[in-house]
Amino acid sequence: MVDIPDKNLLAPGHRGCAGCGASIAVKLALNALGENTVAISATGCLEVMTTPYPETAWEIPFIHVAFENSGAVASGVESALRIQGKENVNVIAFGGDGGTVDIGLQSLSGAMERGHNMTYICYDNEAYMNTGIQRSGATPFGATTTTSPMGSASFGEDKPKKNMPMIMAAHGIPYVATASIAYPEDYVNKVKKAAETKGPAYIHLQQPCTTGWGYPSDKTIEMGRLAVETGSWILYEIVDGKFEITYRPDERKPVKEYLAPQKRFRHLDDELIEKIQKYVDAECEELGL
Amino acid sequence: MIREVMTANKAVAEAARLAKPQVIPVYPITPQTTISEYLAQYVADEKIDAKYVKVESEHSAISAAVGASATGVRVFTATSSQGLMLMHEILFAAAGMRTPFVLADANRAISAPLNIWNDQQDSIAQRDAGWLQIYVENAQEALDTTLMAYKISENPKVLLPSMVCLDGFILTHTVEPVEIPDQEPVDEFLPPYKAEHAFLDPKNPMSIGNLADPDYYLEARHDMQVAMENSIEVIQQTCDEFAEIFGRKYGLVEPYKTEDAEIIFVAMGSLCSTIRVIVDQLREQGEKVGLLKIRAYRPFPVEAIDEAVKNCDKLAVIDKNVTFGIGGALYTDIKAKIHKEAYGFIAGLGGRDITPDSILEVYEKTKNVPEKEVTWIGLKEE
Amino acid sequence: MVNIGCVITTPGSSKNNKTGSWRTFKPILDKEKCIDCDNCIVFCPDSCVNKQHDIDYDYCKGCGICANECPSDAIEMVKE
Repeated sequence: MVDIPDKNLLAPGHRGCAGCGASIAVKLALNALGENTVAISATGCLEVMTTPYPETAWEIPFIHVAFENSGAVASGVESALRIQGKENVNVIAFGGDGGTVDIGLQSLSGAMERGHNMTYICYDNEAYMNTGIQRSGATPFGATTTTSPMGSASFGEDKPKKNMPMIMAAHGIPYVATASIAYPEDYVNKVKKAAETKGPAYIHLQQPCTTGWGYPSDKTIEMGRLAVETGSWILYEIVDGKFEITYRPDERKPVKEYLAPQKRFRHLDDELIEKIQKYVDAECEELGL
Repeated sequence: MIREVMTANKAVAEAARLAKPQVIPVYPITPQTTISEYLAQYVADEKIDAKYVKVESEHSAISAAVGASATGVRVFTATSSQGLMLMHEILFAAAGMRTPFVLADANRAISAPLNIWNDQQDSIAQRDAGWLQIYVENAQEALDTTLMAYKISENPKVLLPSMVCLDGFILTHTVEPVEIPDQEPVDEFLPPYKAEHAFLDPKNPMSIGNLADPDYYLEARHDMQVAMENSIEVIQQTCDEFAEIFGRKYGLVEPYKTEDAEIIFVAMGSLCSTIRVIVDQLREQGEKVGLLKIRAYRPFPVEAIDEAVKNCDKLAVIDKNVTFGIGGALYTDIKAKIHKEAYGFIAGLGGRDITPDSILEVYEKTKNVPEKEVTWIGLKEE
Repeated sequence: MVNIGCVITTPGSSKNNKTGSWRTFKPILDKEKCIDCDNCIVFCPDSCVNKQHDIDYDYCKGCGICANECPSDAIEMVKE
């Protein structure tokens, strides 16, 4: 079970949508780490909804500078804390999928390669949600977004999702994991492990988005669960180079059960759904799920 | 105090060492590179107790600098040209977040066409970022100004970052004798930085770098304008304090033989050394001419300029930059704020030599009233 | 007047913003049926279910995640 703290370190009153998955992601991470933590965020939903001056939802120190540089800002924060002898302060950086896999990739790569003692969590809702659902490198095949729209000559996004956790693993960092907000115990364990890791740690967290994916606000966790139960999102960790699946569905459900309730996939015909099923099957086979 | 022959880059690195920054995120670029090398060596040799962050770009250098400064430590970084252009977005954030660190810019031309030689287009292009900009003439001034820049930026009335601008190659790669102050008087002049307004500490949680809607943004930007205005006095005060301890006197501007001058050259940086020679030469010929060296370009020291040029008839403003469609940036600022007959001259772009003859040409043209308001000097005819 | 650099020095001050006004459906918990699984606490995006499973209606936006994730159907969404 997840420990319930007396005080939540992400306060209510923030401007996240009703049913916002990013809020759940951040709340669980902060509560797992405790107050001796400094948070860094890329521009995006998270920063905008939590810090409209003069109000902040953060109960711990927080900094945001720009969209593409949370890895580098965290590098500066981490360096400054360590030189002051504050070795035990957790440094945690958040970026959405756009701020991580697209515009922030270089800055993050540099931070990971340099070995800063920090954790980076990509809260992946699979498109630029803050600006109204434009595709990112993390948008999955077949999803319709405002910049990869379906139309008479288009079925939506025509490229598969960028494999960011494996790109991070290729940096040779000591800890890489995938997670889902629908599996909070698994996620929180990974956040704690990441923080305990000496050196850089990366968690790629799938975080369903009611607004961008097009499902009712009460289904945020259900969508996350369906992604994992269908094998569309696989939970694993790579500790010092050793890969391990951390959750195995009893029996993998057909991917259609995950796609059907979401507006972004509703236009897909059987042929395309079959194609996605094949992608998922291949990925599951490769990772041994 | 020791006296050594060195480049302005070494002088800046020495100043950075003496200022005791705790985090140094820096990325090499010609002609700043040797600054990043000296500092890496100082850290490797334990001459500075700092984290040297080996960033993968200038964008990350400035981003890490903001993060570190917001964590409450003194920070130094340096760049040039394309590197400064890559920093552009975050320069604005650094000023808006009021992180008072110092950046040395080895002034170099901007691509395209690609060019590694000196002009001042790179820093001029950042003039609206909310940074203080001080242009220096020689290696000693580079060292002294870097030290002063910290004291000015960290002043609670200012809290804006500072850019020390030194001409690429002309200063960064030529050697001259420089006095390196001892650590003790520097410590007296520049005590450790203590952040009061913004710092990341779990014992006192703050949110920094927030969203400000139309109800607050205007006030936040106005505060920066006020800080910039305050910095005029703070720069002067800091220069006076510096002179008291180290004996070298600086100001917002540096007038030379302007008292009775009919024509005054106005310029920034190393070019002023050449102009001074020409002023002396013309004076010997009975010409009433002077030089006004602008050290502080941002804030723009209108009163100090007014005072220095009050008796003259004409100003000849030489810019090593161009604001296309209007003229040099210094010239347009002078035209906007100083009520004198003024002519603009664009010279030295991309490292083209500004020779004594170039300065004489500027003088002749100004004396006889140029055909155009803005004249390009040294342009090759077809 | 704003703080220098628009720094916010009061942590958790978003609590001034009562997001309960956004709600159209209100979760009602029947504590008799509650099995203390804590799903409603863990999954609440607005940190508004406390350890005793009291729902803070000042902030609850009525998303319904708690009701959807309740294994004992102890939470009912009722139109305001």
